[in-house]
Amino acid sequence: MSGFDQLSLDGVGRRFGTADALADLDLTIERGEFIALLGPSGCGKSTALNCLAGLLPLTAGSIWQDDQRIDTLPPEKRGFGMVFQNYALFPHLTVRDNIAFGLRMRRLPKEEVRRRTDAAIDMVRLEEHAGKLPGQLSGGQQQRVAIARATVLEPSLVLMDEPLSNLDAKLRLEMRTEIRRLHQSLGLTTVYVTHDQEEALSMADRLVVMRLGRVQQIGTPEEVHTKPTTWHVADFMGYRNLLPVSASRVDGDAVTVPLGGTTVNGVAQGRVVAGDEVVAAVRPEDVRLGNEDVTGLKGRVEVVEYQGRELAVEVALEDGVRLHARTDRKVEAGEHVTITVTPGRLLVYPSEGPADRPAAELASAGLAV
Amino acid sequence: MSATAGPGPTLNWRHRLAERGVDRKLWLLLPATIFVLVLFIYPFLYGLSLSFQPMNGGSVLANYQRFFNDAYQRDTIFTTLKIALPAALLNVFAAVPIAFRMRGRFRGKRLMTTVLVVPITLGTVLTAQGLLNFLGPTGWFNRVLMGLHLIDGPIRLTNNYWGVFFSLIITGFPFAFLLVLSYLSGIDPTLERAAATLGASRSQRFRRITLPLLAPGLATTFLLTFVLAFSVFPSAVLVGNPAGSTRVISLAAYQAAYEQYDYSYASAIAMIMGAVELVVVAIVLVWRARLYTGSTGGKG
Amino acid sequence: MTATTAAAPPARRSLRATPTAWVIWAVVIFFFVNLAGVVGSVLVSSFGQRWFDTWLPSGFTTHWYGDAWREFGLLQVITVTLVASALVVVLSVLIGAPAAYVLARQNFPGKRLVYLSFLLPILMPPITYGIPLATVLYKFGFAGHLSGVVLANLVPSVPFVILTMTPFIEQVDPRIESAARMLGAGTRAVFLKILAPLLVPGLLASAILVLVRTVGMFELTFLTAGPDSQTLVVALYYSMSAAGIRAQQSVDAMAVMYTAMMLVLLVVALRFVNPTQLVARVKEEPE
Repeated sequence: MSGFDQLSLDGVGRRFGTADALADLDLTIERGEFIALLGPSGCGKSTALNCLAGLLPLTAGSIWQDDQRIDTLPPEKRGFGMVFQNYALFPHLTVRDNIAFGLRMRRLPKEEVRRRTDAAIDMVRLEEHAGKLPGQLSGGQQQRVAIARATVLEPSLVLMDEPLSNLDAKLRLEMRTEIRRLHQSLGLTTVYVTHDQEEALSMADRLVVMRLGRVQQIGTPEEVHTKPTTWHVADFMGYRNLLPVSASRVDGDAVTVPLGGTTVNGVAQGRVVAGDEVVAAVRPEDVRLGNEDVTGLKGRVEVVEYQGRELAVEVALEDGVRLHARTDRKVEAGEHVTITVTPGRLLVYPSEGPADRPAAELASAGLAV
Repeated sequence: MSATAGPGPTLNWRHRLAERGVDRKLWLLLPATIFVLVLFIYPFLYGLSLSFQPMNGGSVLANYQRFFNDAYQRDTIFTTLKIALPAALLNVFAAVPIAFRMRGRFRGKRLMTTVLVVPITLGTVLTAQGLLNFLGPTGWFNRVLMGLHLIDGPIRLTNNYWGVFFSLIITGFPFAFLLVLSYLSGIDPTLERAAATLGASRSQRFRRITLPLLAPGLATTFLLTFVLAFSVFPSAVLVGNPAGSTRVISLAAYQAAYEQYDYSYASAIAMIMGAVELVVVAIVLVWRARLYTGSTGGKG
Repeated sequence: MTATTAAAPPARRSLRATPTAWVIWAVVIFFFVNLAGVVGSVLVSSFGQRWFDTWLPSGFTTHWYGDAWREFGLLQVITVTLVASALVVVLSVLIGAPAAYVLARQNFPGKRLVYLSFLLPILMPPITYGIPLATVLYKFGFAGHLSGVVLANLVPSVPFVILTMTPFIEQVDPRIESAARMLGAGTRAVFLKILAPLLVPGLLASAILVLVRTVGMFELTFLTAGPDSQTLVVALYYSMSAAGIRAQQSVDAMAVMYTAMMLVLLVVALRFVNPTQLVARVKEEPE
């Protein structure tokens, strides 16, 4: 199982009964890349990973490793490594035996098994725990065993299924760095599934954002962060202000939309014609509170949340629309404020019909599908 | 690399099977499927067809007509139900309050449940032997009652309806109790506490929270207890009155097969027995289907 | 509930003293006393010299055991019992465990039908399917021999293994199997290196449960056994229904031997399973 230059997923799909868990996934993975599959729960990202691993048979499409078709191979013949959400360590085997399992399955000589297992145990710094059973380890240690077990075979591709979701916040940050470090030092190719956009942005070379079984956007972290292709992606990437409005004036990609009794300027992300129903999206970080902007929006502070250096503020505009904003100024609920939007950071998306509109606040909170 | 390339038809077929969850693992079902077909379905169908071929000739339904026209045979259905239904009901309904009282942890609970398993493991044959000794006219039970001057002479508790009934209680009650107990401990106790904080009294909590969650389990318990009681055979012969008040239907089937060697007639009786039992099972299952049967909030 | 304790603030304490509690404990104790009487009278009788219309036998002896052993040819009966049960255990685990695996793990068309067909032998009275089954076994020459007894006893045992094993298999995270596959383990290796060690408790539990049930199974063995393939419980039944020919006490002695055998099995069984599992497969009690 030597490495590959390119791994291509071609129209990959998976149906369960009548439901498409995954449809039309086209993706090409280059050797050495770190790819994150990102999306809310139920978006098909884990299905995609399991299809890639061979754990779930495809119901459409094909997977090619260079010019060899591999979607007909069983998982044990593909030579990929995988790290599972709950680690899936073998509870009856010691740390050492867990890590050595794959090497033994390959029937490598005893000596080599020992040498490589020792090296892997060293790499994840578990020397003192080598003789323990998984049940005796902490969550972070189990996680490291799982990673060592998957990488000791030097697989051509490592698949990770939300590997950090069971860890506490502090450990999660540490393990992020650790995984990225291993990826680079071992020269791995990694496909990483997560629902945490921050995790994906910080670790991956490329992001695949998914929704309802379909790819929404493929791009670098920066592209996805600053230029989401649909308002759904924007929603998921932290554009908390999603406003269903109609475009009042369009000039090239400059769009003017009504807001809070006045108008604001945004950038069209797709074909928008004056009079269209559109969705305007802007991050809270790009909505700032001022005090003497004459032409700006006016509103009243409703809720204030302390968030360290800044305050997160919810402001009700004069027409009743609520905006999430940020400020480093001390404000209190009830206060009247003016609001400015960072130029160029209000993105205007065409809507694909009356049903394709952001719902009330709760549903747009990010995880709802 | 287009989607239509490659070995098309076989792969499409594979895709369609995968969609339905059919793959090579299903071969593991093969031994068990063959087993069920050969040792259960086939004999059953064989018995069914045999029952339509009367040994002494006659119409297809002759065996069934013979059974239902003969009061001595026909009545075995009612005799069986008259023993099995009250015994099963008593077992389940006695088990509920007792299990409810004992669902918490207390010293000796494991010992108690262990002792309760004893009569189930011993089975009806041994229980019958014990009952003959214990409940017989000179047995300890009658002696105690006479010693307490509750009765003047020994009361007759064996070789009649009561002997069989008691044997069904001795083996059936522990069975029902253990089942109800485990269903009860599967109900999250916080639900009841939540109801208490909402102002429900003890009896209201039982009636409105515990009982509805327990009801499907009770239905299952009743079914399993009833199946045991319905197929009562050894104790009906040994501690009952097999010629009269406890001539149950399994006995009629046995006699037809092994005393008259009329396998065709015996099969017919066996089929009738199965049908009667399934009617009761179906009634209970229909009732059970109307109950809430989801999670009861308990662990695992 | 009770007027006497209504004012008492610690409601939990007052539960113990309610009249219903007393009634319930009285019923339970009454049940246990009678149970002890049933088993005890067999035991006492088997050691009694003569016992007629008195509280206890007139003297004690052990010679009934020797009599029973010789008269009923118990060595052969017990051998048959153990051999038949062991065969049933091995076969039903071999047939049932793979099926339980598929039923626990996979959804496929017709699963409900397959499941129902495995459930029916447990829901049906043994006599109902036992008589046609015995007829078929006689037709093909199995009945009257050990093979017939084994085949007949497999009918409820295989479904029982399936029902017992399924929750044990469900407890094993499928991702553990996936992990093994991703590490290069084929189907055989997954079963032998991962599933088998993890399922040892389930295999033991279902094996011991089938053993207890087969040794105690009367109806099916009764219908299919020949003179030299009787198990202990069937021999006991014959000796009881032929009462008057043998001394009551030697029948009791045989009953005690049967009891002892079952109790040994029970003690062994309870090391691996909890009492409820012996009865039927329901969710494990959280203890």
